[in-house]
Amino acid sequence: MTMEIIENKPGKKILLLGNEAITRGALEAGVDVATTYPGTPSSEIADTFSLIARHFTKQKKDPSFYFEYSTNEKVALEVAGAAAISGLRALTCMKHVGLNVASDTFMTYMYIGTRGGHVIVSADDPSCHSSQNEQDNRYYAIFGGAPMLEPSTPQEAKEMTRIGFEISEELKSPLLLRTTTRINHARGPIDLNKFKKPRKKGKFERNPNWVTTPAIARAQHPILLEKLKKAEEISEKSPFNKIINIGKPKEWGIVTSGVSYNYVKEAAEDLKLDVKILKLGMTHPLPRRMCENFIKSCKKIVVVEELEPILENQFKTIAFDLGANVKFYGKSTGHFPRLYEFNPDIVTDTLSKIFNVKNPLVSPKKSKIIMPSRPPALCPGCPHRATYYACKKAQPKGVIYPTDIGCYTLGRAKPLEMADILLCMGSNAGTACGLAVATDEKIISFMGDSTFFHSGIPPIINAVHHRHDVVITVLDNRTTAMTGHQPHPGTEFDGMGRPAKKLLVEDVIKGCGVEHIEVVDPNDIKATTEAYKRALNFKGASAVISKSPCILLENRDKRHRGEKIPVYEIDQEKCKRCKTCIGRFGCPAIYYEEDESIHIDVNQCNGCGNCATICPFNAIHKKEEK
Amino acid sequence: MKNKVNIVITGVGGQGVITAANILGKAAVKAGVNVFVSEVHGMAQRGGSVNCTVRLGNVSGPLVPSGSADVILSTEPVEALRYIGFSNNKTKIITDINPVIPFTVSTGESEYPDVESVFKELSTYGRLYKIDAINIATDAGAVITKNIVMLGALAASGILPFKKEVLLDTILENVPSKFKNVNKKAFEGGFEAIK
Repeated sequence: MTMEIIENKPGKKILLLGNEAITRGALEAGVDVATTYPGTPSSEIADTFSLIARHFTKQKKDPSFYFEYSTNEKVALEVAGAAAISGLRALTCMKHVGLNVASDTFMTYMYIGTRGGHVIVSADDPSCHSSQNEQDNRYYAIFGGAPMLEPSTPQEAKEMTRIGFEISEELKSPLLLRTTTRINHARGPIDLNKFKKPRKKGKFERNPNWVTTPAIARAQHPILLEKLKKAEEISEKSPFNKIINIGKPKEWGIVTSGVSYNYVKEAAEDLKLDVKILKLGMTHPLPRRMCENFIKSCKKIVVVEELEPILENQFKTIAFDLGANVKFYGKSTGHFPRLYEFNPDIVTDTLSKIFNVKNPLVSPKKSKIIMPSRPPALCPGCPHRATYYACKKAQPKGVIYPTDIGCYTLGRAKPLEMADILLCMGSNAGTACGLAVATDEKIISFMGDSTFFHSGIPPIINAVHHRHDVVITVLDNRTTAMTGHQPHPGTEFDGMGRPAKKLLVEDVIKGCGVEHIEVVDPNDIKATTEAYKRALNFKGASAVISKSPCILLENRDKRHRGEKIPVYEIDQEKCKRCKTCIGRFGCPAIYYEEDESIHIDVNQCNGCGNCATICPFNAIHKKEEK
Repeated sequence: MKNKVNIVITGVGGQGVITAANILGKAAVKAGVNVFVSEVHGMAQRGGSVNCTVRLGNVSGPLVPSGSADVILSTEPVEALRYIGFSNNKTKIITDINPVIPFTVSTGESEYPDVESVFKELSTYGRLYKIDAINIATDAGAVITKNIVMLGALAASGILPFKKEVLLDTILENVPSKFKNVNKKAFEGGFEAIK
C-alpha cells in the first residue's frame, strides 16, 4: 500500500479523490483533531485520516493528529469544537443530513465561535445517490452565520480546506466547506504543498462567553453579525471568487459555483459563447461589491446552481437594491430545475436555449432492448437476510416493519419486502412507538448496531417508559457496513487502530430497561424464529439482538488467515424447484437456468450455508472451498 | 491526438470498475496528462450497476456528455448497453462477453435479454469489440484480474494519449509484488485480444 498522501513533497502532483484531497489539505494546514460520523459521500475523508493514523500506530509512530469516529455527528462536532475552542485546528466531516443531527450544536457554536481554525465539511448529495433526501446545506451557512467555501474540483477542495483553517482563525468562527458528491467522488491531479506542524496540546482559557446563558447569547449574537461583516471583506478579496472571460463578453454574464462551474465553462466553450463567468468559491457571505460590479457590467445574467436558488435570490436582492436593469435567467424563469444534480447535458442544453445557439450535443441514444434492472442488494451470505427470513417465519402477516439507515434498507426489495417506513438515522424505534399507538398491527423494527449507538437509544427508552408494544431488532454485524466498515462503540478498535472499550448492545438495551431481550445468531434460523415468537408474545417493548458479523468482513478475515471459504451447490436430482431458496430467501447468488433449474453461482456464493438449512428437500450441500 | 478523450467504464459492483478507473487516472498523472475521474461509491460492493468516467486532456468537469464517449469499456454486456447514451457512431465499445444475471431476474421483476441480441444491438451504436475477459483472466492466473484484462484491451484501442507501458507500469505499482506476474499476463492478454 503506497502512502503517497502523506509524502511531504511540495510541488509533486498526485491523483487524489476529492475526499482524500480534503484530508491532505487538512494535514497541510497542520490539523490537530479530526472527527466524524461516516456517511456517503463524505466517508473517505475520515477513512483517510483513519488509514494514516493506523499506518503510524502500526509503526509505533505518532500520527501527529487525533482522529475519532464519534458516536454521531453532534458528538463529533462537540469533540472537535471543544478542541478548536482550546486553540487547536480541528476538522469535522459528515454527510449533509449529518449536519441536521449536529445542528443543535452548530447553531450555538456559531454564537460563541472558536480560537483554533475549525473546518466543518458538509458533503451534500444532489440526486440522492446514497441519501434519504437532497437538502441544500448552503442554507445552514446562512442559517447559522457561517463563512462558507464551495470547491469545484478536488484541487480546489484541498486548497479551500487548507485556507479554510486560516479564514476560520481570522474570523474566530467555524467555517463550512460545502461539497457535493461529484466533488467528493471525483479524482483529479493534486499539487502538494508542505505540511504545517500541528500544535498538539490546546489550552482552555476560561471565558464567560463560552457559557451561553440567555444574557451571554444576547450579547454574542451581534458579535456573530460583526464577524459576518468581516467575512464579507475576506470574500471580496478571496482568490476563490473570480471572473473568467469566454470569447468576447459584452452584456451577458453567468453566475455559478461548485461543480456547476465545470459544466458552465465547458458548455460556454463548446457553444462558443461571448460571456463572462463569475465563479464564486466563497459563497457566504457573498462579496457584495464584487457582485454589484458584476451586475452593473451585465444586462442579462444566468445563474447556474444545483438545487435551491440561493445565489439567484441573493443576486436578485442585490440587483433590486442597486435598481439595476438586469434580466435574470435561472430557476424562477423555469430554465433550470430545483431538483437533482446537473450534468453537461442539462447545462449545455439550457444555455443553448437561453443564448439561442445550436446545441452541438446529440440527444442520448436509447437501447431498443429492455434491460433488467440491477439495483444493489443485500450481499450473498449477508446475516441480515437470515434475520429477515427467520422473522417473517415467526409471523408472516399483520406486521409493520419500520427500518433505518444502513444496508438493511435493502430489505425493502423482493422477495423479503420487510422495510415499510424510514425517515432518518434512529427513526425505526421512534416510528415503531407511533405505529403501536396508531394501529392494531404488530410492529417489528430494524436498525443496525452503529445506528443503535448513533441515535437508536433514546427511542428505545421512550418505548420502554410508555410500555409501547413493539419488537425492536438490532442487526449487530459489528461494523458500520454500508459506509465502508468503520468501527463504532461496539467494536474492539477505534479509528486510530488502538484497542477501545467495546460496548455490548445487549448491556445497553438492558440498561434502558427493556425487560424482554433475545440475543440470537441469525444463522440459527429456527432459534431466531422462536426468539421472535417469544418477543411478539411479550406485552411491551422487547428487543431481538441478532448477532453475526458482516459476511464481507468475515470472509476478508478468513482470507487473511489463509482459511478457505466454502461454496454451496444444488443437487439437481433432489431439487423439487419449490423456490424457497430463490423466491423466499432471495439470495442473489442463486439463479435460474433457461430450463428453470436452480443453481448457485460459485463466484458470488459467500458460503453462509443458510440456503442449505432452509431447503425443505435437503438438496443443497457444501461443494468445495475457494 | 484529440484534445479531449472521454472513457466510460461500466460493469457490476465487485468487478473492479472503480479500481480500473483509478489506475487509469494515476497513469494519466504519471504521463503528465490532465485527468478527471468520476466514481460511484456506496452501492458499488452490493451488486448494483456501476459506471465511472475518465476524462483526459482539456476537460474541466467530471462527467461525460451524452454521445461523447470515445470508448465504452464494460465488464458485462448489458451494462455496456445501459450506458449506450454516451456513444456516437465512432465510439469503440469494448465489452466482456460474460453476463452477470441480476437478482431481479430471479424474483421475476425483469428478464435478461438474449446476449447475442445485445451484441447485435451494441454493434449498431459503434465499433464493437467482444472479449472473453474471464477466460483471459483465468488463464493469467486469477479471475479477479478481469478488470486488468479490460485495461489491456483499452490500451490496444489506440485511444489513450500515452504509451501502453505507462498504464502497465502503473498497474504493477499498485498491486502486491506476488501478483505482479498475474496482472502483467492479464494486461497483455487483454491487449492481444483487441489488437
